[in-house]
Amino acid sequence: MPHVHDRGGWPDETPIDRSEHEFAQWEDHTHAMLELLIGPKYHFNLDEFRRAIEGIERKKYEAMTYYERWLTAIETCLVQKGVLAREEVDEKMVELSASRNVRNGFD
Amino acid sequence: MHDHDDHSHHDHSHDPITSEAEDSLFAAREVAIRTLLIEKGIFSADELRHRVELMEGRSPALGAKVVARAWIDGAYKARLLADAETAVQELGLETMHTSKIVAVENTDDTHNVIVCTLCSCYPIAILGRPPAWYKSLAYRSRVVANPRPVLEEFGLSLPNDVAVRVHDSTADIRYLVIPQRPEGTENLSEVELAGLVTRDSMIGVALAQSL
Repeated sequence: MPHVHDRGGWPDETPIDRSEHEFAQWEDHTHAMLELLIGPKYHFNLDEFRRAIEGIERKKYEAMTYYERWLTAIETCLVQKGVLAREEVDEKMVELSASRNVRNGFD
Repeated sequence: MHDHDDHSHHDHSHDPITSEAEDSLFAAREVAIRTLLIEKGIFSADELRHRVELMEGRSPALGAKVVARAWIDGAYKARLLADAETAVQELGLETMHTSKIVAVENTDDTHNVIVCTLCSCYPIAILGRPPAWYKSLAYRSRVVANPRPVLEEFGLSLPNDVAVRVHDSTADIRYLVIPQRPEGTENLSEVELAGLVTRDSMIGVALAQSL
């Protein structure tokens, strides 16, 4: 059985959903971050990024949307390169969510 | 740039639908990662904004220019087929440094269609970001196994004597289909011709628009 990302020729009878996709802002940012991090603000290359996507565990891979995989892989690469620690990201999420709650309190 | 995600709704082809809560979890994680990278000086908020603008400037209209030029100028078409990267740059368009474009031409005998079975590789530089269905597990699985029924789903029925070639893109090589020039377009200008070249015709799931 090929790895989860290697879809060519997998048994699949699902009709193709051709509806067009509006990108959410976080998806635009995720895409832009990747372009910067493999290009002008080089921290890892496209193959390392692909390896990180392809390393996502099967169930998670299939459950994630496209840019969710990208964001996950960007974080993996940044952690591997020592740019970020996962705990830092967790803490920043808590901090930002707290400040958002404060701001919402003034509404 | 807003820090709040606007929760625009989007379809992810037949990939599993993520719940609103999970979607906002990823959105929040994106904000956290982005904020940390800006704080660490990896890039600035302006540099990121500029990159989003660059991305938004890439669209199938660029690829359509390339195809229209190839339709009216045989020597250009030969250069495009021999070395698409240089031929695209010749029109003043930017290409990616990380990958190379290869053009494949539809003829009376052969129809080309592109896919990336591994993920979503696509000639972003001249077509913009791929449509959701291009990235879907169903398209990636099915179009290499049995392309004709897939093309029929897109409304394209090809005669049996036309060979279908499926090109599997990689991170290093991204294919561009040169659709056939529609009949009866001899008197159109280059700009008018470009207007007939749709995104889907450059992926190979459709023909160029007829008049």
